[in-house]
Amino acid sequence: MTTTARPAPPDEQADPAPLEVRRTPARKRLVPYWLLLPGILWLLVFFAAPLVYQASTSIQTGSLEEGFKVTWHFATYWDALGEYWPQFVRSVGFAAVATVLCLLLGYPLAYLIAFKAGRWRNVVMILVIAPFFTSFLIRTLAWKTILADGGPVVGALNSLHILDLTSALGITEGHRVLATPLAVVCGLTYNFLPFMILPLYTSLERIDPRLHEAAGDLYARPATTFRRVTFPLSMPGVVAGTLLTFIPAAGDYINAELLGSTDQKMIGNVIQSQFLRVLDYPTAAALSFILMAAILAMVTIYIRKSGTEDLV
Amino acid sequence: MAATGTTATPSTTAARTPNKGLRWLRRNIITIAGLATLAYLVLPNVIVMVFSFNKPNGRFNYQWQRFSTDAWTDPCGVADLCGSLGLSLQIAVWATVGATVLGTMIAFALARYRFRARAGVNTLIFLPMAMPEVVMAASLATLFLNMGIQFGFWTILIAHIMFCLSFVVTAVKARVMSMDPRLEQAAQDLYASPVQTFLRVTLPIAAPGIASGALLSFALSFDDFIITNFNAGSTVTFPMFVWGSAQRGTPVQINVIGTAMFLVAVLCVVVGQLAGKRRKRS
Amino acid sequence: MTKNANTRSSGGDVRLQGISKTYGSFTAVHPLDLTVPAGSFFALLGASGCGKTTTLRMIAGLEEPTTGTVELSGQDVTVLPPYKRQVNTVFQNYALFPHLDIYENVAFGLRRRGIKSVKKQVEEMLDLVQLGPMARRKPQQLSGGQQQRVAVARALINHPQVLLLDEPLGALDLKLRRQMQLELKRIQTEVGITFVHVTHDQEEAMTMADTVAVMNGGRVEQLGAPADLYENPATTFVANFLGTSNLIEAEVVEAGGEELLLKAAGGKLRLPAARCSASARTGEKVLAGVRPEKVALRHTDDAGSVPEGHNRLSGRIKDASFIGVSTQYVVEVPGLGELAVYEQNIERDGRLVPGAEIVLHWSPAHTFGLDATQDIQAGADLDEEAA
Repeated sequence: MTTTARPAPPDEQADPAPLEVRRTPARKRLVPYWLLLPGILWLLVFFAAPLVYQASTSIQTGSLEEGFKVTWHFATYWDALGEYWPQFVRSVGFAAVATVLCLLLGYPLAYLIAFKAGRWRNVVMILVIAPFFTSFLIRTLAWKTILADGGPVVGALNSLHILDLTSALGITEGHRVLATPLAVVCGLTYNFLPFMILPLYTSLERIDPRLHEAAGDLYARPATTFRRVTFPLSMPGVVAGTLLTFIPAAGDYINAELLGSTDQKMIGNVIQSQFLRVLDYPTAAALSFILMAAILAMVTIYIRKSGTEDLV
Repeated sequence: MAATGTTATPSTTAARTPNKGLRWLRRNIITIAGLATLAYLVLPNVIVMVFSFNKPNGRFNYQWQRFSTDAWTDPCGVADLCGSLGLSLQIAVWATVGATVLGTMIAFALARYRFRARAGVNTLIFLPMAMPEVVMAASLATLFLNMGIQFGFWTILIAHIMFCLSFVVTAVKARVMSMDPRLEQAAQDLYASPVQTFLRVTLPIAAPGIASGALLSFALSFDDFIITNFNAGSTVTFPMFVWGSAQRGTPVQINVIGTAMFLVAVLCVVVGQLAGKRRKRS
Repeated sequence: MTKNANTRSSGGDVRLQGISKTYGSFTAVHPLDLTVPAGSFFALLGASGCGKTTTLRMIAGLEEPTTGTVELSGQDVTVLPPYKRQVNTVFQNYALFPHLDIYENVAFGLRRRGIKSVKKQVEEMLDLVQLGPMARRKPQQLSGGQQQRVAVARALINHPQVLLLDEPLGALDLKLRRQMQLELKRIQTEVGITFVHVTHDQEEAMTMADTVAVMNGGRVEQLGAPADLYENPATTFVANFLGTSNLIEAEVVEAGGEELLLKAAGGKLRLPAARCSASARTGEKVLAGVRPEKVALRHTDDAGSVPEGHNRLSGRIKDASFIGVSTQYVVEVPGLGELAVYEQNIERDGRLVPGAEIVLHWSPAHTFGLDATQDIQAGADLDEEAA
């Protein structure tokens, strides 16, 4: 522990050190470790250790009655992948579509708040954040009402023959929206939209509006200004927003459960039912490990590619 | 993008006069799109609010029947509803306290000191935020199962503190890092001992960061379903009650509570804003 | 203690003995001995990174010296933490507490020392810096100059033995800076506290301080009264950093008398031996220096009117800029390069335009001699750099 603590630790009573010694006393140098200890211990015991446990569970065999033993049974992974790959593909697909939709919907709103809302900025901001305070399950259930079969939304879509088109594309079925992929994606988009808007807003707000004027002054049309100045400068927000949307969306099972049917089950639904209903812990563990690995791999590649590594 | 408020380029000032309506649309397209998104965000809340005055025929409150204030006059009229709400509030308060204390300590260590294993600590803080909830939920539940720990209040609390911690660290760290270290030096220079410096200068200046971390913790904990679902055993929090009711029948009282929370939150924010404005003026 | 003996002299002296500061392999301050007499206005002058702020922070106790001792009024305070020292600091950018109003900022030090009734003192202090009506404002609602005065008030209210000022005027615009310079000087004379002032602005140091220490690369290059430093720089750094100097490489032709005779670019220059800080034996090189304003210009046609005994060089005007009180010329002297000449605009000679052949001359008494082994450019172009 040969650390060099920075000067003036705020919460330690400095003692008058003996005269000739000019090294920071050991007590002072240990301060950061004492500060870290409880929280890091908490994360190690209740976050890191369970993941290791999970890894060992995934290679166990046995049953509830006889107990589970580590038998290095890696076949669980192949079996799980073989049986549940459609749910994996669906999870990634739904999450990706929802993320793109969040970006397309969220960007104009974040831009509006950052540059055009003026004295309405706080009001709009409250409206973005306030829904958080109503349980998201209740709000998701509200979509059942909005998208109800006989409801005005479905009615309008029907009379415009949009549902015929979407059915042909396979994202709705018959003349309804509920219990179709469209409903699940719509719910996912809705639920994670604020997670896109807030980081976007934060990075847009930092942009000096004079940059827009400068770009205009240098013969950039508004669209060019956006493409060459505003959007590149908002990249940190775009990266953070897409991650904050994609990761929870890929692991989500609530929207699929409440708004979809058995044909729209995502990998989260499988893990949940394997763990809580079927009580097949090795399969649940293997599935969540695959999900974690897949997401970490995708996130790492994405962060590398977008070149913004200072997210923490 | 047609209306960034930039100076007009020469070509647009020329005698090109397209349809006035089209021009207006082009100039305001961002505002229109933004407001549409806002409507998309707020619509479910409006539905929740409206349907809190519904009197449904069956067990499910998905279709409008007729106006009634029954649920508002008897919000606890459904078995276990208010009990689960109380439990959720209790857990949220304790999880907020725990995560805020532990997270603030970590944030100070990260922002104010150099030490070994810094990168490791940063990764450990970042990972829970980059992990799908269902993975953390299943892992933690596996641990509890194998340890033979009884699921209930304590397991939920432990889980909530775990996933709230990282968010507190991030919020507080940002604030402390942006704080001028000379302020603390100035305090010491003005006869404040290290303890006094921390209490009188560091803490008050870091307070907004700590407050936003705590607020986020409270919201995350109160609204958490996935991790709670895996680690609650037979204990029922408010989100779990709502989840169960989606299967058994949704009482109107759920909407009442959802609406009430929404209104209380908006009221708090508005009052806070007005108070802030008044303070600034005086 | 001499000049303030009849005012409220409460200042203490500062004695630094062999103090140094190293960070890893980097030495910010080389072992340094320095004494600041009680009641004086002392300036540490240098470019950014020269160690002046580190020295100040060691006096304040914000930085622990690697070696050496700090004494305040005869008491060794080397290991005393900042909050136990009778020293206060006006920080760069002021470091006013953003969560406290002006009143509470000023009262901070008194309250920490357990003084209950602060009202009278705080109000007096706010009046001294003319901020009485601002007491309940927050720091961010004040202008830069006002914030600066709060920072001074916050420090002075504690009646420290020594007041340390770290680039206190750096963030202000030129006009306000001039005004605050006079203001600070007035306050210092009034309260009689020892001021140690760190700055990169040589004009600021010279206007305000009784004694200036010029620092470079973690060492004190020269220490003395402002006029002394300006007229007799001991190193090329001081010569270039404090104002502008013309440094001419020359060879000693004749030494031993009261005057040295030098040879440069074919001409002969004379230099009082007492004003040469380098050893100057016959055949050795020295740098002969002269300040631009001490040099006079004559058109070649009038070369005959140059006073007898003056040092003279001939050259051609390369550039002339009129700046009101004076005209600044750049003169090309064959074999020497460019020299700067500032002429007061009293009687302007219409022939002195770029291209004109001229003769430069100055009194030998205004020449100074420096060791020729130094970098001739040291300290040039540094003075306007922000610290």
